[in-house]
Amino acid sequence: MDEQLLRSIPHIDEIAHRGAFGGAPAKHTENFLERSARENKILPSLEDAIRAAGLKDGMTISFHHHFRGGDHVVNQVVGKLAEMGFRNLTLAASSLSAVHAPLIEHIKNGVITHIETSGLRGELAEQISRGLMDCPVVFRSHGGRAAAIRSRELHIDVAFLGAPSCDPYGNANGYSRDEEYIACGSMGYARTDSEYADKVVILTNHLVRYPNAPWAIPEDNVDYIVVVDDIGDPKGIMSGATRYTKNPKELLIAQTAASVIDAAGYLYDGFSMQMGSGGASLAAARFIRQMMLDKGIRCRFALGGITGQIAAMHEEGLIDRIIDVQSFDLDAAMSLKNNRFHHQISAAYYASFLSAAAVDQLDFVILSALEIDTDFNVNVLTGSDGVIRGAIGGHPDTAAGASLSIVVAPLTRGRIPCVIDRVNTVVTPGSTVDVVVTDQGVAVNPRRPEVAEKLRRAGIKVYTIGQLKDKAEALVGRPDPIRYTDRVVGVVLYRDNTVLDVIRQIDET
Amino acid sequence: MEKRYVKDRLRRSMMFVPGNNPGMITDSRIYGADSLMFDLEDSVAFTEKDTARFLVHNALKTLDFGKKEIVVRINDLSSGLGTADLEAIIPAGVHVVRLPKTDSAQDVIDCEREIARIEARHGIPVGATGMMAAIESANGVLNAKEIAHASPRLIGVALGAEDYVTDLKTTRSDGIELLFARSMILNAARSAGIAALDTVYADVNNEEGFLEEVALIRKLGFDGKSVINPRQIGILHRAFIPSKKDLDKAYAVMEAIREANARGSGVASLKGKMIDRPVVLRAQRLIALAEADAAEEE
Amino acid sequence: MELKKAAVAGTMESGDIMVTIEPAPSGGIILELASNVMQQYGRQIEAVIRETLAELAVAHAQVSAVDKGALDCTIRARVSAAAYRAAESTDYQWEAE
Repeated sequence: MDEQLLRSIPHIDEIAHRGAFGGAPAKHTENFLERSARENKILPSLEDAIRAAGLKDGMTISFHHHFRGGDHVVNQVVGKLAEMGFRNLTLAASSLSAVHAPLIEHIKNGVITHIETSGLRGELAEQISRGLMDCPVVFRSHGGRAAAIRSRELHIDVAFLGAPSCDPYGNANGYSRDEEYIACGSMGYARTDSEYADKVVILTNHLVRYPNAPWAIPEDNVDYIVVVDDIGDPKGIMSGATRYTKNPKELLIAQTAASVIDAAGYLYDGFSMQMGSGGASLAAARFIRQMMLDKGIRCRFALGGITGQIAAMHEEGLIDRIIDVQSFDLDAAMSLKNNRFHHQISAAYYASFLSAAAVDQLDFVILSALEIDTDFNVNVLTGSDGVIRGAIGGHPDTAAGASLSIVVAPLTRGRIPCVIDRVNTVVTPGSTVDVVVTDQGVAVNPRRPEVAEKLRRAGIKVYTIGQLKDKAEALVGRPDPIRYTDRVVGVVLYRDNTVLDVIRQIDET
Repeated sequence: MEKRYVKDRLRRSMMFVPGNNPGMITDSRIYGADSLMFDLEDSVAFTEKDTARFLVHNALKTLDFGKKEIVVRINDLSSGLGTADLEAIIPAGVHVVRLPKTDSAQDVIDCEREIARIEARHGIPVGATGMMAAIESANGVLNAKEIAHASPRLIGVALGAEDYVTDLKTTRSDGIELLFARSMILNAARSAGIAALDTVYADVNNEEGFLEEVALIRKLGFDGKSVINPRQIGILHRAFIPSKKDLDKAYAVMEAIREANARGSGVASLKGKMIDRPVVLRAQRLIALAEADAAEEE
Repeated sequence: MELKKAAVAGTMESGDIMVTIEPAPSGGIILELASNVMQQYGRQIEAVIRETLAELAVAHAQVSAVDKGALDCTIRARVSAAAYRAAESTDYQWEAE
């Protein structure tokens, strides 16, 4: 087409176009295998990828936590960044664990000056609680982080995402259908980072042939790929099946929780649920399964972190669909790979308040807690000594979304009471918590009188939360309060990214 | 006299709690067992008998066990440990002393004498403490009737099967090896008007086997059973809950009795059939079981 | 109560406390306490240990305790048992409520 003809088109100024066609580029003729070996996104080293991504001092880098305690990506990348002389970086991980203690040195050396995460554990958490960082750590829920990434409140300059399988163009996943190899199953948290980060670098130890379908991350969200020997320790990433607890106290709590759900009317044909991986909440799955068999009902979908128990119920025909943002064990990962109605979703799809999130479709969720207070506020982040040792995860997201949120905890752990006057750190506001189930009694939020009434009618004794607190205190005595300094070391944001609470430096004087 | 024990009460489950394990003692009350049995005998090493006595003594004096029946299994007197056990637990407020390895009525009488002596010394009314006898040998089984009648303090007799089968030169199997002992103990208990309590089922992971044994002892007429793991309690109690049909009938029987009483008639009938005394007793027992199950702690 | 030798009672299991008592000629009760709930309960644990020893009329002793979240009644039981062992005494003074 020539320019003359182009101008003869009526309303051509109103039609978006880039001028006249000037001829197609030369066609490839080598076969696609040869082509993908020559033309691809693979760079020879991590250093090359960092340079190519244009990382500068003061920027924000992100990581996912699907490799959990086995993760070698964060330490590897930050180690390289330190070596290359970067400074003043913000590290925004979907979560961090005890394996990330080497970050302490990088913080002291000024490589990392700010952290955003869902949780902290181990030595890094200890030191941060003792004032390691000048700028407070920002703690967000999974849903809150996804929302902040989308709204650019958390702007990611470069995402470094470990992927157990990736093809030369960047289609990446937590497993591969080409091989037996399964590393982490779902990569739901990484997916959101890949969608919004300015640059995305995939680190993979398994380069597979195109197309690596299905993918967690599609190639159009990926800029560079680095093949490395080691992205993590398989044993730390995932163990076989999460075992059902044999602890009688946890079983007692689990059975009570299942009875509460049934009595409250949420075990009907076609219900939806989420269950944590903690001993008692996981064990509740077993009792719920038996109740489902007895009633002859099915679950429409199970959401969340998925365990082998949920996968087994799916394969048994008791659960129609699994929606999986994170696979908790190898059996769950295997199910994601093999079962067509086991779906992988992103963090935003899971829990962002800016989207129509899956958590909003939950009938019930069973959640663990470190502490619950007499206003039903829940803490899953700081230990009874005030030191950070946990993660927010999807706790506030699912508690808010589910029609019935059940928080399970022993009344006391050793001598430490779990139901107390005031939690050390509010992670999930009491207004979103409906029922507290302990080994020594059940309490219902006064905001849900109809639930309390249904439980009573079903023969479940309902205590006030104050009565549970008194019971704990009668047994273990009243603990001396934890001493904090005035200095804030952590800020807890609610799922809408408003400031919910702060964590202060512990006072050891 | 104020007694610490109730002779006739629900004893579906009696949970063993090792006497030298503080964590298990603290948690023991949460699992819904009808009776808790703190053990100073087999679960406590010979070198730790003293520490276990201190622990159980302090736990009984301090912890709130609600309305549960508190039993302590002592060492037998001939071991030289039993009297020291009694010295520690009687002042601490134990409800019922479980005497192990009871071979004859004399064993019960000897133990009772020690209990009475200790009660008197502490100003506790003599006779306040209950007793139960565990029968664990061929001699004991053959003497079951005399044992069951040996003291007014006795609330029940129990079978201890592990030692018993060894004495018989056999092992635990499908239950046939215990049939004679169970029958003897049950009849002895009923003859004395006290409870008959069955032995433990040790394979805690075999739920099916446990259920079969529970069904058997229920048919035989036992009041309950010792358990070693809290996970067995719920299963055991469910097996002892009367069916709705039986329970409805029991309520109908009691209603008919009430009506007959209101009429001033000594003869009650239900659906044209006269209700005789055993029917009433059975109905009362079923209702007691059902209500106990529905009853809440505290 | 006169202490004659060093003695231990209790275990390192959760919910227990391991108490070691050694005779001392003077200096009162010298207590070394380690606990996994030190912040919240250290003060109360120390008070129970001292109170129990006072009731047993132990005036001078070197006491070390490793606590794993024991309740007060357990602490009392372990301190008493260790003290009687240290005194090589079985003359227990059991008291009714």
